[in-house]
Amino acid sequence: MPRIAMRLGRLALVLLCVALVSFGLMMLSPIDPVDAYLGPQVAQVSPEQRALIAERWGFDAPPAVQFGHWLRQLASGDLGWSHVYNQPVSEVIGQRFQRSIVLLASAWLVSALLGFALGVMAGAKEGSPLDKMISTYAYLTASTPAFWLAMLAVLLFSVTLGWAPTCCAGPAGVLDQDVTLTTRLHHLVLPVATLALLGIANITLHTRTRMLALMRSDIAIHAFAQGAGRFDVAWRHGLRHASLPAVTLAFASLGELFGGSILIEQVFAYPGLGQATVAAGLRSDIPLLLGIALFTALFVSIGNLVADTLYGVIDPRLTTGGS
Amino acid sequence: MFTIDQLSLQLPMYASWWKREWATCLNDVSLTFATGEVHALVGASGAGKSLLAYAMMGLLPAQARLQGQLYYQGTLLDASRQRRLRGRELALIPQSLSALDPLVRTQRQVAWAAQRAGHATESAWRASQQALDHYQLNARAQQAYAHELSGGMARRVLTAMAHVSQARLVIADEPTVGLDPHQRQRVLTALRELADQGKTVVLITHDLRHALPIADQVTILRDGKSIETAPACAFQGAGTSLSSTYSQALWRALPDNGFTVSMAQPVDKETVVA
Amino acid sequence: MITPQPRLRAMLSLSITAVFIGGLIASQWLLTDSVQRMQFGARLAPPSLEHWLGTDALGRELWARTLAGLALSFWVGCLAALLSTLIALSLAALATLSARLDALVSLLIDTLLSVPHLILLMLIAFALGGGTQAVIIAVAVTHWPSLARVLRAELWQLRQAPYVHISRALGKSRWFVLHGHLLPHLLPHCLVGALLLFPHAILHEAALTFLGFGLSPSQPAIGVLLAEAMRYLNGGYWWLGVFPGLGLLLMVLMFERLSSQLRRAL
Repeated sequence: MPRIAMRLGRLALVLLCVALVSFGLMMLSPIDPVDAYLGPQVAQVSPEQRALIAERWGFDAPPAVQFGHWLRQLASGDLGWSHVYNQPVSEVIGQRFQRSIVLLASAWLVSALLGFALGVMAGAKEGSPLDKMISTYAYLTASTPAFWLAMLAVLLFSVTLGWAPTCCAGPAGVLDQDVTLTTRLHHLVLPVATLALLGIANITLHTRTRMLALMRSDIAIHAFAQGAGRFDVAWRHGLRHASLPAVTLAFASLGELFGGSILIEQVFAYPGLGQATVAAGLRSDIPLLLGIALFTALFVSIGNLVADTLYGVIDPRLTTGGS
Repeated sequence: MFTIDQLSLQLPMYASWWKREWATCLNDVSLTFATGEVHALVGASGAGKSLLAYAMMGLLPAQARLQGQLYYQGTLLDASRQRRLRGRELALIPQSLSALDPLVRTQRQVAWAAQRAGHATESAWRASQQALDHYQLNARAQQAYAHELSGGMARRVLTAMAHVSQARLVIADEPTVGLDPHQRQRVLTALRELADQGKTVVLITHDLRHALPIADQVTILRDGKSIETAPACAFQGAGTSLSSTYSQALWRALPDNGFTVSMAQPVDKETVVA
Repeated sequence: MITPQPRLRAMLSLSITAVFIGGLIASQWLLTDSVQRMQFGARLAPPSLEHWLGTDALGRELWARTLAGLALSFWVGCLAALLSTLIALSLAALATLSARLDALVSLLIDTLLSVPHLILLMLIAFALGGGTQAVIIAVAVTHWPSLARVLRAELWQLRQAPYVHISRALGKSRWFVLHGHLLPHLLPHCLVGALLLFPHAILHEAALTFLGFGLSPSQPAIGVLLAEAMRYLNGGYWWLGVFPGLGLLLMVLMFERLSSQLRRAL
């Protein structure tokens, strides 16, 4: 228990640091916060009004005071106002994340399961044709820019073959609540497939390395001496030894998954959190950008926390060794 | 029952940046192991003892170059027959304790060994229970993971895994390394018992002293060559009944025989001290 | 069976990469004007003998623009990887000075690792207001933590090493210890680390510019070219989207291969 408490404390500290760093970066920005706040209406505002706005929002206070003010707001659950979406930041994040989580979760699950299976198959027999095929595929996708793969997918499946829609989470001109489940899924298939395809490489390569090490270890030689075949060793020993690192890696790579989803949402014009992030960055929506940075940091840190904790719970060498 | 006929083994090694050379690890070794005896293979590290064991089991890496023949019960033992007989007729007790899977409980590992030897799931479980009981591993040790076992217990688990296969030839690779005298005695007694049950035990060790009390035959290996094979009783007195000077030197260098290392032939330090 | 020598292989891919990079840089000397030259008679021309990889909406040759983009990516990647390694090395060295500094550095590492790379990149590019410099700095600042972690662990281990203690006890200066004992151990790590960083840096640079951060739309970076291609995707102008990405993929693959072979050879 105290271990968990310590981890949670560390998590809070890291989040505070994330807030500090990202706020500091926003302060550094040469973009005038009043301009950013006003957006396209800048031209219609007189200098007096600008001064008023600056005073009202505390833009002219020293950075430390502003940071304290922002933190106090955060503590009371107020993330600020997004001028791009004309909504409170918390609402924007909430709505967008609901759409993104479907994409993220399904891609995550597919890539973890498929990646692990491919890694085990490749690592069971080094140098076999199957291994060569799988590792070539993994090396190739690991070096592929995520957004380019998404573009190729659009080009092939949507433009050339016409199997999947090119854009968005539903057909244009239809209200969000009227979109049927099948249409929704139809719009999700291509983004999920691209995102998963990219995530597979990482887990496959990692699992393969583990399997190769195991197949050369004393454990495997001993098993071969008992008359076991490669399949037997891979199934009985390999799965155990490779699954723990794979699960850990899957939880620890949530950040990369999210980064990938930003790019893929951009290509498919999928109205999720990733797209909102890009809009916030390009149109200087500082409160939204800060909110998203904090939110994703929380998301990633929880993933890391789960990964660390799982290791301690599952691995017998750690559970019994500690007590 | 097992014959090694002029076995030579070469392994690749990189002499320089891009030149590959073949290192000779076993050189024209011929040996015969008879049923019901403990045959000790004694030599310093690097003499090729473990490689000989791997060659007998067919576990050498793919790039190894092997010449010569192996015969098991009078019939030629080739790679495919080795694969069939491994775990059923031929068993290996490995040198390193890392051969136990750290993520699997003891009894399950022994049961797997039994299954690999041809037992059905149910009978494998029973057989593993019996084997572990036989080697005095209690219920707690049976449910333990490898890191929770002491060195002696882990050795006995490895022995139980060889025992459960009912193999007729058991190769024990350095089974006494890192054990205190009491535990060592227990492991050696267990090996002697196997031989007394009619199995053939090949005991690989670098320590002549520990091998002599239980061995029937002793073969001295040096630099991949078999120097001589003699009955264990030849190692007594001044060792004059031993034919080679190296074996005599090895025998006389033992602590009880006065550490006389003043022979013409230099003796590997490790063999003597250990 | 002939097993190829890892060192020979590493030399081979090193020379292939060197030739490629040499060609890339030389091409930028030779093709100063064809990158921006517009041919209004040949707008959106498909790949042909005349226009090798086709042309874009303003009739500019795609192959020249792709080469220019790759050269830009290469420089950004190089500088960012170098800068990143320097940051990692100096912070790792700083961390070994005292326990307090070590805690601070590891907190910083945890902080940066907990924000998704792409979001951190956007924040930094936003803070610096765009431009090539901003992209380089952003990529450098986001990529050092994982290397710093490795170096820090390595330094801690080295400090405990007996020969370092003996050297200290013999009255050798700090500089001697650092220069004679620590650096020779760390340099291979740094080299491999920088090489590993390089493909990541290039990919992230392309992603950042693709999203519209950092570089102006007139600059022929791979990300910019692909973002432009996005607008013509539905029209079936496939070459605009395919070739720049393919070029980037080839470059990244080349460096991945080089780094993995160097790791094996060293």
